[in-house]
Amino acid sequence: MYLYSITFYIFSLVAVLSALMVISARNPVHSVLFLILSFVNASGLFVLLGAEFLAMILVVVYVGAVAVLFLFVVMMLDINFVKLREGFLQYLPFGALLGIVLIIELGILFLTKSFSENSLSQFVQSPQINEVENTKLIGQVLYTDYFYLFQISGLILLVAMVGSITLTLRDRGQVKRQNISSQNFIDAKNAVEKKKIKLGEGI
Amino acid sequence: MNSFSYFHDLIIPGGIIIAQIMAVLMPVLISVAFLVYAERKVLALIQLRRGPNVVGPFGILQSFADALKLLTKENIVPANSNKIVFLLAPIITMVLSLAGWAVIPFAPNWVIADINVGIMYLFAVSSLGVYGIIMAGWASNSQYPFLGALRSAAQMVSYEVSIGFVIITVLLCVGSLNLSKIVEAQETVWFAIPLLPMFVVFFISALAETNRLPFDLPEDESTLVAGFFTEYSSASFVLFFLGEYASMILMSSMTVILFMGGWLPPFDIFPLNAVPGVIWFVIKIIFILFLFIWVRGTFPRYRYDQLMRLGWKIFLPLSLLWVVLTAGFLIVFDMVPNSL
Repeated sequence: MYLYSITFYIFSLVAVLSALMVISARNPVHSVLFLILSFVNASGLFVLLGAEFLAMILVVVYVGAVAVLFLFVVMMLDINFVKLREGFLQYLPFGALLGIVLIIELGILFLTKSFSENSLSQFVQSPQINEVENTKLIGQVLYTDYFYLFQISGLILLVAMVGSITLTLRDRGQVKRQNISSQNFIDAKNAVEKKKIKLGEGI
Repeated sequence: MNSFSYFHDLIIPGGIIIAQIMAVLMPVLISVAFLVYAERKVLALIQLRRGPNVVGPFGILQSFADALKLLTKENIVPANSNKIVFLLAPIITMVLSLAGWAVIPFAPNWVIADINVGIMYLFAVSSLGVYGIIMAGWASNSQYPFLGALRSAAQMVSYEVSIGFVIITVLLCVGSLNLSKIVEAQETVWFAIPLLPMFVVFFISALAETNRLPFDLPEDESTLVAGFFTEYSSASFVLFFLGEYASMILMSSMTVILFMGGWLPPFDIFPLNAVPGVIWFVIKIIFILFLFIWVRGTFPRYRYDQLMRLGWKIFLPLSLLWVVLTAGFLIVFDMVPNSL
């Protein structure tokens, strides 16, 4: 039991500290690496809560795919670190305003005590978590009660995918492409042609 | 709760966990050394050479001699590199290739953590492997490693997609994400037989995921010197090397669990089922590892665009189609496992 709480404090401490480092690190690549560390620790917290499926999905989707592409892009950018820090004071008031609004909203939520377990369960139809695997539980809810929402989110992702392809696809004209199937169908009959050439005339 | 004693609450559970980890990782690390030896020996036989034959009987201690030589060399960190990330990259590669072993069931109940989402955990750990390579390539601050890292990032993300669909196909037939249950579901027939195309797709994707030939473009020596670990020397190089081979063994054990019935004997008849499960498991892993080495000895390297074409245009549609076919088959013949 004590091992459990020690693990909880380690995970949450590292998650919060690395989240802080995401916004304070000077090098953008370091920021992304700290973001990844934060994701991994958040998934550790999910495991401690008993939500192992969510934890693994968080690692597979965000750390394994999204953050890789993110790191890929940030590594390729030619970033001028001095220029990046120039606008800091200019954006400070706006950022501070957003932060204050967020903190006040969260404070209101906690002070009115509407965030307790009983009131939350009125809104969310969740099955009882006891002995059934939570993969199965998510499946039971997602494909029954939230079926239409699930389909709509799939459509939104499809639209986003089609949109991003349309934006980036451009016809570059003279691109040489390899046609594998036509290469595979080459044999002695269609690759070599036998011609009789008359003397002194050529082809 | 109020009577906290270090001994009962911390030392004993912690000690048991550490002992279990040691019991699994020590054999894994030692088998890495013998895998390197076996690879050199098998390649030598394929190419009609002798292979290592000096250190110890039949050269069997060659890997230990190599490791000792590497560890006593100077560890050079390039002056323009990003030092912390540079040194962190091999450690991450090594740790991730060992972390997956926590959920591998070697025999019934022979597993450190029998978690419900075992296969997801393995998939997550193997998808994290790309970070060691990207970080190494970026932190080296050098052209060849960077190119190797970019190739690797694109390659591993592409092949993970088809690996994911192959895993889903298997899960449809099992009805659980627990690795022990996946093995138990193969008691009647190994999944390699009904899902043979997916077995092939998984094996080829595993080659790409572990950066093995014919897909070893991240470390392609004829164009990129040594790819992402060009700048590494001594102990940090050893960590990359160990990590790569340990993740090869991990991927083969994943293949064995998903498709070749884990610890189960091929037929449930007397002389075969008297052999302990862990021995069957190891024999099957050795078979898959032999395939890895065999492929390395016989196939030429893919060109990069061919690699991407294979991943996205052939494996992805094929595995997607197979998911739909398997799901349809299970529903039509009313064979869905643990239906509600």
